[in-house]
Amino acid sequence: MSEILSAFSIAFDLIVSLDRELIEIIRRTFLVSLSAVAIATLIGLPAGAVLAVVRFPGRRALVILINALMGLPPVVVGLVIYLVLSRSGPLGFMGLMFSPTAMIVAQCVLIVPIVTALSHQVLRELYEEYREQLCSFGATLPQMILTILWDGRRNLVTSVMAGFGRAVAEVGAVLIVGGNIAGVTRVMTTTIALETSKGDLALALALGMILVVTAIALNASAFLVGDAAPARQGG
Amino acid sequence: MPSLPLSLENVSLSIGGASLIEDVSLTLHHGPRTIILGANGAGKSLILRLSHGLLGPTRGSVRWGGAERLGPLRRRQAMVFQKPIMLRRSTRANAGYGLKIAGMPRSEREARVAQVLERVGLARLAERDARVLSGGEQQKLALARAWALDPEIMFLDEPTANLDPTATAAVEAIVNEIHAGGAKIVMTTQSLSQAKRLADEVIFVHRGRVAEQTPADEFFANPRSAEAAAFLKGELAW
Amino acid sequence: MYFARRALLAVLAVLFLTLPATAQDKFITVASTTSTEQSGLFKHLLPAFTRASAIEVRVVAVGTGQAIKLGEKGDADVLLVHHKPSEEKFIAEGWGVKRLEVMYNDFVVVGPDSDPAKIKGITDVSAAFRKIAETKSTWASRGDASGTDLAEKEIWQALGIAVSKSGPEWYRELGQGMGPTLNTSAQLPAYTLSDRGTWISFKNRGPLQIVVEGDQKLFNQYGVMLVNPAKHPHVKVELGQQFIDWIVADAGQKTIADYKIEGQQLFFPNARKQGS
Ligand SMILES: Nc1ncnc2c1ncn2[C@@H]1O[C@H](COP(=O)(O)OP(=O)(O)OP(=O)(O)O)[C@@H](O)[C@H]1O
Ligand SMILES: [Mg+2]
Repeated sequence: MSEILSAFSIAFDLIVSLDRELIEIIRRTFLVSLSAVAIATLIGLPAGAVLAVVRFPGRRALVILINALMGLPPVVVGLVIYLVLSRSGPLGFMGLMFSPTAMIVAQCVLIVPIVTALSHQVLRELYEEYREQLCSFGATLPQMILTILWDGRRNLVTSVMAGFGRAVAEVGAVLIVGGNIAGVTRVMTTTIALETSKGDLALALALGMILVVTAIALNASAFLVGDAAPARQGG
Repeated sequence: MPSLPLSLENVSLSIGGASLIEDVSLTLHHGPRTIILGANGAGKSLILRLSHGLLGPTRGSVRWGGAERLGPLRRRQAMVFQKPIMLRRSTRANAGYGLKIAGMPRSEREARVAQVLERVGLARLAERDARVLSGGEQQKLALARAWALDPEIMFLDEPTANLDPTATAAVEAIVNEIHAGGAKIVMTTQSLSQAKRLADEVIFVHRGRVAEQTPADEFFANPRSAEAAAFLKGELAW
Repeated sequence: MYFARRALLAVLAVLFLTLPATAQDKFITVASTTSTEQSGLFKHLLPAFTRASAIEVRVVAVGTGQAIKLGEKGDADVLLVHHKPSEEKFIAEGWGVKRLEVMYNDFVVVGPDSDPAKIKGITDVSAAFRKIAETKSTWASRGDASGTDLAEKEIWQALGIAVSKSGPEWYRELGQGMGPTLNTSAQLPAYTLSDRGTWISFKNRGPLQIVVEGDQKLFNQYGVMLVNPAKHPHVKVELGQQFIDWIVADAGQKTIADYKIEGQQLFFPNARKQGS
């Protein structure tokens, strides 16, 4: 109980004092996770749209597979990416081990299935609704895909944000491939894990609170932006 | 007229084991306004979808100007659905979307959209989200959207079902105008009076089969099939 | 609404534009142990080296076992770990160039206030371990193949007491780092072996206190090794060697000796005395 109370006051102190190290860590956290989300969005939304629109053999099996991959255990992903990016691994020559780039790769692998599966679900419904009209217009596949992506954008915000949430909250994979190097690959979750293991539960909890609050702020602004997008509501 | 004549040859359609359309053969020529009549569930909407190429027949074939593949010809056809499909966009954007898909430049498109919206009485609602329009307004928008495409064949599936009398008259006038502009009209309706006002020929559908395809005057005076006769008297058994 | 969009764009812009604030271009990767990192030694030691050499040191802190794996795979340039037999094996197998001793710290046995095994004050760690086994008092083992874990296992082994993850029942293997093991020990409560540095800076002690310390067997020697460039050509030999040279020379040794928590010196430099 006392830890929870002192966590609040520590969190407050950290925020008002604009602790330099903390701000660095927050910035790195968001940089890594936002980059991962940006890449996952560029892959996941088109993939979700293609799965929704294009019929090809094995499509259903692929959808089931991607849904299953949403639950990939982060440590396993971290381990596999470690083995791939390690100097002794197939991509070792790139020297990406223990870099923010490696963390972005790991988070991407974790969230591409999430963004793809959730956007597929959204876009599938929209496509069912639009299909006959778009066919009637003689729309080509790319035109159909662009149409549902654009018209579904507000609901897609949720899919993308779900991916972001998973990325920013993840610790197992980024710890393995990032190494939690102070000033280089230390992010909020790995800091929290570190402070917990030092037994400084109050500081760890304070950092957790700050992470949650910043993530909420980002989500809120994403939704506001989604609502502000063109095609104003008249009614 | 590359899409015409449009012919269904021994077309059957079954979905999920249910036989919905059975052995339908008919030919639609350039010129006459064709009205499809029939009871609820007779298969009118399905025949329009088959004719527009949205559904492929299970057996038999559909030909447009002799070709079995519709391909780019579909852009020369337009359809107003029984339940209008509203894109999540403004009324104006909905009205112009078919033109956008067809690649018409924005400036031309804007002029055309303004014109059709004005004609269906929706100009003042142009910026409103199409999905909050009333049922009748949505039907008018669907008509405007199809009309904007300036098609060779216009399929209309009960386009006045939800409209008030003034709007119904206006829509009938627009249909006639489109027809006068050289387009083929293929339309379904549940209103016998509307059929009498608009039809040049009537196709009567009963339980997934075409009972007859008859010039309008003859159909209303002296239907060839027993089912059509019963339907006209309001006595057709389900 | 426009405001929200602008604000988000502004936030993103700030995030990305201010990115390259840190990051030296010359850096080496050092694989070391959680206990060294968590004791705070590196925060004290590394800035001094970076000031002297303009080389950034990136520390990946894991258990000794994993640190050695990182070296074998070529994912680190330098290893700074504390388990002599593993280190010697590492050198013998050709993964490392040469092992130099750097410093030592010591382990302490911590346990609950109630001291169910009645070992408080015993100076012979083997005797204390035997009493824990005899009284079947709960013992929490890290079980993560770290230097601390291996040191603990060696004491049990020397006593002929068989312990493993499958038992005996009072012996709990956690598979965790030092901190989490202390957290768990405080909850159980249980006896456990900790390095002094982690213990001193550990904040969640609960009922735990030091029960045994000072035995020669509890001294914990740290060695430093350069990963062999013959096995991994990308290893930063020159920069890594600079780090090793510095840490075993006067400047580094004195910096180590200067590091204190709550007035206590945690690490005792002993490089020159021993050589390789
Ligand atoms: N996708 C489908 N799957 C199964 N049955 C269908 C499907 N589409 C239509 N049907 C059935 O086919 C029959 C004909 O449908 P259709 O929509 O053509 O009727 P309709 O003549 O247009 O009727 P209404 O006047 O009510 O619009 C109906 O019994 C309907 O239930
Ligand atoms: Mg119908």
